[in-house]
Amino acid sequence: MSCLNFNVSHVLSQLNLCQYLPFHRQEIMKWNGWGYSDSRFLFNKKGQAEFTGKRYKLSGMIIPGLKEWFEGTFGANLQHKSPPILNSSAVRPPTLNEAFVEELKSTGVPFSHDAEDRVFRAYGHCVHEIFALREGRIGRVPDLVVWPNCHNDVVKIVELACKHNVCLIPYGGGTSVSSALECPSEETRSIVSLDTSQMNRILWIDEKNLTAHVEAGIVGQDLERLLNESGYCTGHEPDSMEFSSLGGWVATRASGMKKNIYGNIEDLVVHIKMVTPRGVIEKSCQGPRMSTGPDVHHFILGSEGTLGVVTEVTMKIRPMPEYQKYGSVVFPNFEQGVACLREVAKQVTPDFYLIFSSGHALKPQVSSIFTSFLDGLKKIYITKFKGFDPNRLCVATLLFEGNREKVLQHEKQVYDIAAKFGGLAAGEDNGQRGYMLTFVIAYLRDLGMDYYVMGESFETSVPWDRVLDICQNVKARIVHECKERGVQFTPLSTCRVTQTYDAGACVYFYFGFNYRGLSDPVHVYEQVEHAAREEILANGGSLSHHHGVGKLRKEWMSETVSNVGIGMLKSVKDYVDPNNIFGNRNLF
Amino acid sequence: MQHRDPMLQKRDEFEDMLEERRNSSDLRYALRCYTPVLYKGVTPCTAGALKNMVLQSAQIHFVIGQVSNETGRAVDDIQEEASAILEEMAHSLQLSTVRFFAFTLSKVFKTLFRSICVNEEGIQRLQQAIQEHPVVLLPSHRSYMDFLLMSYILYTYDLALPVIAAGMDFMGMKFVGEMLRMSGAFFIRRSFGGDKLYWAVFSEYVKTMLKNGFAPVEFFLEGTRSRTSKSLTPKLGLLNIAMDPFLKGEVFDVHLVPVSISYERILEEALYARELLGVPKPKESTSGLFKARKVLSEDYGSIHVYFGQPVSVRRLSQGKVDRGQFNLTPRHIPKRPSEEIHSFVNDSAYGLVRAQEENMVLKPWVLLASLLLQNHHGDQASGRARGMALDELTEQAVWLRDLSRQYGAFLHWPDHVPPPEVVSSSLSLHRGLLTITEGRVQLASEQAGGPAGPGEPPPVGPEEELLRQAVTVLSCVSYRNQALHVFLRPALLASAVHAASSSGKQEIFNSFSFLRNMFSNEFILCPGATVQDFEEACFLLVKTGALQVSQQEVVEVVVTERGHRTLAFLTSVLDPFLQGYQVVCRFLSEEANEALTEKQFVPTVRKFIIKRLLAGRLRYTEVLSSDLQKNALAALLRLGAVRKIKGAEPGTLKVNKVMVHSLEDALVWWDSHELPGLDNKINNNPLMDAAVK
Repeated sequence: MSCLNFNVSHVLSQLNLCQYLPFHRQEIMKWNGWGYSDSRFLFNKKGQAEFTGKRYKLSGMIIPGLKEWFEGTFGANLQHKSPPILNSSAVRPPTLNEAFVEELKSTGVPFSHDAEDRVFRAYGHCVHEIFALREGRIGRVPDLVVWPNCHNDVVKIVELACKHNVCLIPYGGGTSVSSALECPSEETRSIVSLDTSQMNRILWIDEKNLTAHVEAGIVGQDLERLLNESGYCTGHEPDSMEFSSLGGWVATRASGMKKNIYGNIEDLVVHIKMVTPRGVIEKSCQGPRMSTGPDVHHFILGSEGTLGVVTEVTMKIRPMPEYQKYGSVVFPNFEQGVACLREVAKQVTPDFYLIFSSGHALKPQVSSIFTSFLDGLKKIYITKFKGFDPNRLCVATLLFEGNREKVLQHEKQVYDIAAKFGGLAAGEDNGQRGYMLTFVIAYLRDLGMDYYVMGESFETSVPWDRVLDICQNVKARIVHECKERGVQFTPLSTCRVTQTYDAGACVYFYFGFNYRGLSDPVHVYEQVEHAAREEILANGGSLSHHHGVGKLRKEWMSETVSNVGIGMLKSVKDYVDPNNIFGNRNLF
Repeated sequence: MQHRDPMLQKRDEFEDMLEERRNSSDLRYALRCYTPVLYKGVTPCTAGALKNMVLQSAQIHFVIGQVSNETGRAVDDIQEEASAILEEMAHSLQLSTVRFFAFTLSKVFKTLFRSICVNEEGIQRLQQAIQEHPVVLLPSHRSYMDFLLMSYILYTYDLALPVIAAGMDFMGMKFVGEMLRMSGAFFIRRSFGGDKLYWAVFSEYVKTMLKNGFAPVEFFLEGTRSRTSKSLTPKLGLLNIAMDPFLKGEVFDVHLVPVSISYERILEEALYARELLGVPKPKESTSGLFKARKVLSEDYGSIHVYFGQPVSVRRLSQGKVDRGQFNLTPRHIPKRPSEEIHSFVNDSAYGLVRAQEENMVLKPWVLLASLLLQNHHGDQASGRARGMALDELTEQAVWLRDLSRQYGAFLHWPDHVPPPEVVSSSLSLHRGLLTITEGRVQLASEQAGGPAGPGEPPPVGPEEELLRQAVTVLSCVSYRNQALHVFLRPALLASAVHAASSSGKQEIFNSFSFLRNMFSNEFILCPGATVQDFEEACFLLVKTGALQVSQQEVVEVVVTERGHRTLAFLTSVLDPFLQGYQVVCRFLSEEANEALTEKQFVPTVRKFIIKRLLAGRLRYTEVLSSDLQKNALAALLRLGAVRKIKGAEPGTLKVNKVMVHSLEDALVWWDSHELPGLDNKINNNPLMDAAVK
């Protein structure tokens, strides 16, 4: 899932929980919402917003500003509840391929056709998926779940699947937001969900070369924790790292918020092992770079489970940073903020700093729910920003990591640039809080859905000169489309810059609306998102920066990569998987 | 049938804005507090700041570099040139000048006009649009008055004052030019062919104003004042520039507001007629304008200004333009518009001009002028100048009133006044063009009022007399032309029915299509809309009972009993044009020699026509209009019957005599008054096939 942002130190201090994901994830996680079952937002009897559980810093706290923000932004009302209908029993019985099941038994790999296990693996976290689950509408789900324990198990399962013509859908963290996990409705074969969660070991760490060889089912927080124990880290921290898996990162071309220091997943992998119907693909050495024709890793990176299962990955690792420092800058408006980010991307060597986000801070952002944060900004506003429009203020949160001296040096450099764009340092606390804010958004969506509010975020990447225009146009398009489709309340339509590159940036859009009075809110939602994506493409944005294509954005693939490009991808698929064993039908 | 019934078109009510001016102080009005709402609350920027933004833009930097590379000139040098171009071009809108105009124009308008009527709902829509999107105002252009009038209206309704694209010729009038500049006009050269730098400065200037929404941009789609009151073929340059920020994603949307300005009596009436007849127009000069003071003593009736529905470029382009085409090159690098964009802009421009036409208010006089002209030509044919009895004219006018309303005309005929009174008051406003004796009306043989050229000797000889008469005729024609868009499609169909050798629908369509193609430089006919136009015409004629379409195996179109009157009227609407094009063809096939250049074309064809008119071989004096002659030539160039070659003289015309001749033959066919001798001519004519395609 996209909207979670947080940081290793939080993971370490906050998440003292079970070591690994259990077989039956529904025991600790929501099956129709985000994250852990014990952690959620609710309005208590006094009408105050509260975050439950013990896992996060925010857990057990009252959040004073949330109710006002929630009612004010969406026109939502605590009297109008839309709670989920709990009905997990409406699951059709599995279509089993008996011969396959028989042979599978003999391999000893654990499996289940229990309804709850199957439903849990039938969905990702798109709005329409969660909404359907909450309404108790359950479509086609996998018929069987298998839990391979190692690479060899996967080899056996894939062989059996080929032999008995069974459809395999790899399942890692389940945090997809591209309908990638949805079972194709036209699939008549038995569908087997291949859950990689038990392949979660670090097989070796090579301190001389600073690499680690890891099983692909490991989820981000476990990987980071285990490496930290040996004094290392990968630095790959996608927003979803609590739940998303290494194999999933590889299969979707994931990106982490510290990518300016450590790189995106494609920069981090040294070696990939993948099991395909044709056999195992891997390179013969661990050389850091090769000139051996097109890089075969790039057939695997972003293949979205259409070619095989990634089982083991060798990744670069780094010693844990000696020093970390948060920071934040307030800008008079979004335009100035973006201009500053662009300048920083131009001037500062990206070794030790991280520009993290720039978004509208006060009015439209979730940020405003935290009064302390708000108060802090207000103070700054009153003391320093007199004459600026508080509704247009924008905040960038920063994280600097590495050698202490260099961190301080870069910090100064960044603040100096910021000053030229009217930005003012707004303190370490605000920076740290900024991280907190972003990671709760995913939980917030479930709260919204309890009160007729539906929301989603989606991303793109775009050249620098287009950033402001695309933000303006997509936001306006969302508002415009909602109006056209009879949405009665002005929607939340806002954006952030979350990643910077030499030649452009990654932009996130947040869209939420009150759907009271609409007969088919999901359809309205989908139409608006569709229109927003068309707008993104028309404004020179990419189809996706890191969420992937899945089935949600398939229709735009050929215009995105050209017909020849699609042909290339298809011919690889045809060779590797002629019988479409990996039949999730993502990408094209 | 797919299209809507034009009768059902809803239009707003008008309010007379002069009424308040007659009842309260003009000075207070001119000095009142003026606080227009602006585009999303931007603060207007000074003319100087605007210039800086333009000169510092990425586009200008790029083009300066490019020009420097190509010519070897120093960058600084070119920069200075760019700055000078901008200096020459830019407006310097000042509220004080606007207030000055508000005061003087109030005085002038009250003297000249009975009323200035504006649809206030349109103003409200405009106000809404100005707040939400960059707005482009697209008024029709019939008079010098137009843009002063527009600014006057916007000032009156407390709307943001527009910046207006004006032709450089205004700058000839030093003082007035500067005044106009200070009231928001910016000046562009009429032609700047390959001048990259000029184009870049110009387009960037317009786009900067548009994108930042400091003021609505106003320009005339038709490019220049229409001397004939027919809408002119739209010019695409500025529209292209105005749409560009949307197409490139720099703004969310741009709203285009067509504005229809209709004058009951055009100030430049006789001036235009003379110009069309080749009496050279006086060069725009301040002293000339003051001489026009004589104008002030006349009654020019009322003006109607209709602000149309804002057109969203975003909506207009939906499914027609792939905005992704700008993704692969930086947007500040100027690029020729793609074929797709060109045809989109072209279609839009036609659509907008048609929107202007549809909301043009027609006065009863427009119908009377049509009838009187038809009668005039009848008289000429019979050789007796009898004119029309008033009651006959009234009867016909009422008939035509009903017909035009059924065709969706925006006719302002006061229904509570008895028709004879409507007719007589209309005639009295235009009495300069008429002679009324013993209850009979006819066109004046000589123009009485109006600013005739000073010190002209009294007419001598038949040619001068003909030209004198022609001034009156062309003035009347300009009023008749106001209603042309109402009758055009039915008239094309009527002529097609008339000419087709059978009543099969397909054949009539072919014939319609040929005519439509032939006249597409003459009238506003949207490219590629032949079928639509045909269906619309069929619908109207069937609805009004003039035609019947029988649903047999072969669909037949039959003229009904009562349809004959309608069809006779409609065919004679088109007849002068048919004859005009014929005579141009005749000229080219008989008289054109190797050395004929484009420049010489109008004077020589005029001589030819005068000869034929004097010999009685041509009935329509209006064929003397250079507008028609030029349009005919443009059509022939487009059809390939005439080509421009690079001879010794630039613009030498090479005539394909065979082709011109057969086009002439084809046109004779439609002409109701010449004998159609050859039955299968249409179907056997290869040119016709080409033209139909």
